[in-house]
Amino acid sequence: MWDAFGFEFVNFYLIPGLVLGCIYALGAIGITLTFGILRFANFAHGEIMMSGAYIAWTLMTLVGAAGLVIHPLVALPFAAIFVIGLFLLCDRWFYKPFRKADTIKIVIASFGVMLIIRSAVQVIWGPNQIAFVRGISQPNAVLREITADWGAMIIMPNKHIWIFLGTIVLVVALGYLLNRTRIGKAMRAVSDSPDLAHVTGINVDMVIRATWIVGGVCATAAGVFLVMDTQTLETTMGFRMLLPMFAAAILGGIGKPYGAVFGGLVIGLAEELSAYPWIGDTPLLSPGYKTGVAFAIMVVMLIVRPQGLFKGRSF
Amino acid sequence: MEAYLGYFLYLLSLLTVGGIYAIFALGLNVQWGFAGLFNAGIVGFVAVGAYTYALLTTAESTFHIGGFGLPLPVGMAVAMAIAALIAGLIGLVCIRLRSDYLAIATIGIAEIIKLIFKNETDITNGPRGINKIPRSWEHFSEERFYTSWPMSWFASPEQWEAFFASLPNWYWQPLFAGTILLIVFIIYKMLERARTSPWGRMMTAIRENEPASRAAGKDVTKRRIEAFVIGAAIMGLGGALFAQHLRLIEPTNTFDPSKVTFLVWVMLIAGGSGNNRGAVLGAFLIWTIWSASELLIAGMIDLVGAVFSTLDPSILATRAGFLRMMLIGILMQVILQRYPGGILPEVRPASPKAEKTTAGATGETK
Repeated sequence: MWDAFGFEFVNFYLIPGLVLGCIYALGAIGITLTFGILRFANFAHGEIMMSGAYIAWTLMTLVGAAGLVIHPLVALPFAAIFVIGLFLLCDRWFYKPFRKADTIKIVIASFGVMLIIRSAVQVIWGPNQIAFVRGISQPNAVLREITADWGAMIIMPNKHIWIFLGTIVLVVALGYLLNRTRIGKAMRAVSDSPDLAHVTGINVDMVIRATWIVGGVCATAAGVFLVMDTQTLETTMGFRMLLPMFAAAILGGIGKPYGAVFGGLVIGLAEELSAYPWIGDTPLLSPGYKTGVAFAIMVVMLIVRPQGLFKGRSF
Repeated sequence: MEAYLGYFLYLLSLLTVGGIYAIFALGLNVQWGFAGLFNAGIVGFVAVGAYTYALLTTAESTFHIGGFGLPLPVGMAVAMAIAALIAGLIGLVCIRLRSDYLAIATIGIAEIIKLIFKNETDITNGPRGINKIPRSWEHFSEERFYTSWPMSWFASPEQWEAFFASLPNWYWQPLFAGTILLIVFIIYKMLERARTSPWGRMMTAIRENEPASRAAGKDVTKRRIEAFVIGAAIMGLGGALFAQHLRLIEPTNTFDPSKVTFLVWVMLIAGGSGNNRGAVLGAFLIWTIWSASELLIAGMIDLVGAVFSTLDPSILATRAGFLRMMLIGILMQVILQRYPGGILPEVRPASPKAEKTTAGATGETK
């Protein structure tokens, strides 16, 4: 049973799908929070995520030049500080002037920010691919031994284990923040009803800042995890990730961080599993169309159930 | 004399590409300026138009389906029709989405369209693209056109060959630029007519106050689909001309969202959304800035390369293109914040009974 079906399915479809899902989930958290609290679709989110990955790589190279090799996860917090700064500056310069205006202006502005950040990254680091970590990542030997003894061998490189652990830590921390802390509760209140929140004395500006900070941490993690997984830095990856992340946010329901996590996992799995030979020997969907799956789910979701699976806000 | 010819041809190419972008901007103006539909997937409709035209008019080829060798105007007309058809299908399901959702949906659909062109290699030759797309006026000098009807009626192939050999090799450039400008003018006239007609006024009413126009008995959904389809048809025609201008199209780099969708948005916002004249002006202006900045940056690279001789100028050259994009993005932000109405703000058509009124000094229409 395991040999014929499970081995291939779990190792080549399920685990990559979950890894991709974790990355989408982290990115979608930021999108859904900005969409819920600031009420606009931030098109620049993917590019900011990408710039975070580039910053992490630069830090690693700089430290590497000094003779130290650091793990990407060590560089992550420092990159996150930079990304938060970038988010706050963008908000100050490009989004704040439109806060009282029509939502659509702020969406157009975010569209512009997307291009500005991408071009800036292309000017600074060049448009070509950069290898993030060289070499082929070996599967984790311990895990393979243990699971092989159970008769269900799992081949999983260390990077995937780090991505899973990192995502779980961040999601648990986010849950604590939103449910247990004052600022988190304020964020949820603003997301539910900004006017009411304002009347009850919640500092909306601070909530907005907190949103960018939480979104920035998650976006950096998503960006770094993505390059840990693919091992290459590309300037197009931000745009490539943007639509699946929107799809995840919409699927989970706008303004629902846990919905976004669920949506991200569903989108990631759907993308990978769509190429699995469910019927016969050929892939169900040609791998070239993998990225189209997320768009298709998103478009169908927007039409059929715009409030998402978890009853998010629908406009 | 040679130098002047160079300037003349540069001007012609500015007019050609500027004109193509003006067509895109006019199409977007119908969707966004008239009806307030946030279409972030311009590149999808452009690609549909370009590919339809390319497949219908190229000579028979083993690389992609057909190469039907149809006359060029037929190709352009079908390109328009197919773009309109696809827009109609999208409109039926997506048009009721709120503005930012529509933006997300259209961006996704445009990516799906590009994916299809990239993956269906039997039909479109995939990432290698379609080449030798016939360009209006230049195509007359191709053998397959002058050896066949109707050109073969007028003279023998040898005579045609001698005739084209006697012309300078840029003979088609003024004619092609002229054709595009003529098309821009015709579309502009038609859209001006539409804007001041009851249909255009109703569009403004729907955009400004949907519940009120619904209460007044207007079929809002149908009108929105109409605007979406008309805009997409214009974009499809623009796409066909884009394919003619490029002569080689492939799905990824040719139809780069930042160079099509985004640039057209900047053009419309800079020129003034809702104003057809503004859309055309914005297109030519931004395109001139875009190409002039190329020359300017090339000059700067030479300077920097001469000063810092250790730097590799080719690296600077590839990166300078992105610097342009960044500057255009910043320019858009400045226009959006300082001049929200654009250079030529929207002017409401005068009511037949009242004195001429405008939409306010800045063109702000909420």
